[in-house]
Amino acid sequence: MAGDIAIIGYAQSPSWRAAELTEAQFLFPVITEAIERAGIGRRDLGFTCAGSCDYLSGQTFSFVMNLEAVGAWPPISESHVEMDGAWALYEAWVRLQHGDIDTALAFGSGKSSPGVPAEIFPLQMDPYTITPLGADPVSLAALQARALLDAGKITEREMAEVVARSRKSAIGNPYAQVTGDHDVDALLAEPYLTAPLRRHDLPPISDGASALVLATADKAKEVCERPVWIRGIDHRIEVHQPGMRDLTTSASTRLAGEKAGVGRAPVDVAELSATFSHQEKVLCEALGLGDKVDVNPSGGALAANPVMAVGLSRVVEASRQIADHGKHRAVAHATSGQCLQQNLVAVLEGD
Amino acid sequence: MSSEPCAIIGIGQTKYKKKRDDVSLPGLVREAAQRALDDAELTWTDIDAVVLGKAPDPFEGVMMPELSMADALGANGKPLMRVHTAGSVGGSTAIVASHLVEMGIHDRVLAVAYEKQAEGNAQWGLASGKSGGMGAGGIFAPWMRTYINRSGAPEDIGWKVAVKDRQNACKNPYAHLQLKDISIEKVKESPMLWEPVHFLESCPSSDGACAMVLTNEKGAKRASKPPAWVLASAMRSELGQFPGRDPVRPVAGVECAHMLYDAAGITNPRKQIDVAEIYVPFSWYEPMWLEGHDIAGPGEGWKMTDSGATQITGDFPVNASGGVLSSNPIGASGMIRFAEAALQVRGEAGEHQVEGATVGLGHAYGGAAQYFAMWIVGSSLDAVSAKK
Repeated sequence: MAGDIAIIGYAQSPSWRAAELTEAQFLFPVITEAIERAGIGRRDLGFTCAGSCDYLSGQTFSFVMNLEAVGAWPPISESHVEMDGAWALYEAWVRLQHGDIDTALAFGSGKSSPGVPAEIFPLQMDPYTITPLGADPVSLAALQARALLDAGKITEREMAEVVARSRKSAIGNPYAQVTGDHDVDALLAEPYLTAPLRRHDLPPISDGASALVLATADKAKEVCERPVWIRGIDHRIEVHQPGMRDLTTSASTRLAGEKAGVGRAPVDVAELSATFSHQEKVLCEALGLGDKVDVNPSGGALAANPVMAVGLSRVVEASRQIADHGKHRAVAHATSGQCLQQNLVAVLEGD
Repeated sequence: MSSEPCAIIGIGQTKYKKKRDDVSLPGLVREAAQRALDDAELTWTDIDAVVLGKAPDPFEGVMMPELSMADALGANGKPLMRVHTAGSVGGSTAIVASHLVEMGIHDRVLAVAYEKQAEGNAQWGLASGKSGGMGAGGIFAPWMRTYINRSGAPEDIGWKVAVKDRQNACKNPYAHLQLKDISIEKVKESPMLWEPVHFLESCPSSDGACAMVLTNEKGAKRASKPPAWVLASAMRSELGQFPGRDPVRPVAGVECAHMLYDAAGITNPRKQIDVAEIYVPFSWYEPMWLEGHDIAGPGEGWKMTDSGATQITGDFPVNASGGVLSSNPIGASGMIRFAEAALQVRGEAGEHQVEGATVGLGHAYGGAAQYFAMWIVGSSLDAVSAKK
């Protein structure tokens, strides 16, 4: 049985369309802030785990450079996942269960700006059957949105409403990249980019990073006034071929949510990695989140989408809701792959 | 919170070769994973979670390939993690999988690592296509030269390692290079790649995959073949470049080894470890790591090689499988070391079995000799203390 682990520090960078700094450069202040907020020393960290992607930065071993931002001297116990930082958080959470160390750092970072996502992300698909078709994220998401519309599970107006709410919420978020007060009818009057998606149904292209400091229960109580407890965390993957999945639901999110215990008590707030507007409804349904849940008060991925950090940033934002805004129970969600192929769900609670 | 014992009950390897054009990427990992399941006498449905490791994605040109391999890895509906820690990744992947068992998160975990280097150009991939292909050897060669200067080792030590590992490989049916007529003379006369490293002192570029099934005490009891127990594991990293760094004997490597020995209760690694699978991609790294991990004293590592102590019949056999010098699918190479150490303590290493081995070291390193991953496996949970 897993023991409770707490989030005792967190930080994120602003989301930039094209950061002038290198990944390591903008990671450094983020990691420093997370550690300072945790009230521990950099040398106290028992374990560090990073999430990043070589293909995004166009640089093999890009995570090696990011070690500079951690300050791996003297040497540290450390690992890296080629996944969103939320999975680095998962590995750190597992590592802390041992009890031989009491704190761990998890971070995620990515620079999408050096490349063209529509050219890079097809390389994430099956290299024999799908990559040669040039299936880019927007086209695949459009197929998913079309399936939802055809099934009567969503309307274009509902999609526009998600966009309007997300961008409005993001006005108060200093880390957001896309903000604004939009009229839903005006959004619906916009032309299609890739039908049935309009440009505003897409996330921005972003550079950015986020970091979390975790602690065992005893350590958290010692150093932190308002620890945020990870009550459950789980992640699941499903079949890769989009044609073999029911794109109008998310079976892996549902399963991860059940394993993480989302339904055990009412949820106040959810931060979901819905990178396209229509995905928010799919995720809410899979997680059983009703109308009373405040979804993406940060503006979510539609307001800031630093790939490889955006999932971990959901955990950061959910933690902020508990630590700073008095919410009690939050759900954070991260995703990987296209059309929600792989999903991670964490349930967070205040004291 | 606590930790429970973790055992390896299934090991699977593909044949390593220059080009596995008979299988796709998923076919390659499936081959190793199926063999590991067969060895464990389990089926795909018995697996709770999968951990996949490989080196940089640009080697094959597939970004985050775990996504398109989820089906082949039997991972649908399960947790699937993807680890990448440079050359040490195969070792780190095994350690991440062992943690999932040790922390009681899952009962049976499948760990898989692979590289299919013939799909691309590893030299290009290592440099992101930018440097003109200096390659790993170009980075490590000056450090090997420094070791030679520092230790006063005679120049034939590297040749001896190259011959020993290739002779061992002839006893391992999975090994890529099968150089039956290898000799000191041939190594010495082979072209100089990066001084002091000759062509035959360098690892090949291979396609291949390795897989392991890890489980808890209950799962190990159910297995009919003997398990290998994970007695300790450690990971350590340091920055690759800074003033004052000693890249020949990196502090991260020294600390990783001592964390490992302490956790396993090892006080005299030379005596208490029966068999070692050490990541030696270039011949000189055998004596360098023997010293770098305090198995031999300063300037004494090459003497172990010279005296034959590291041969299969010696008192400290290193790379009985033929090592990285004989098979190098980069992302899998670390896991192969970890798996071969486990095979040895299970008594399942076949022709290259070290007689009576009960304690084994699996070792991997990566980056600019800055990432380290190691584990100690034993034939029983008290395999180390039984030696005292």
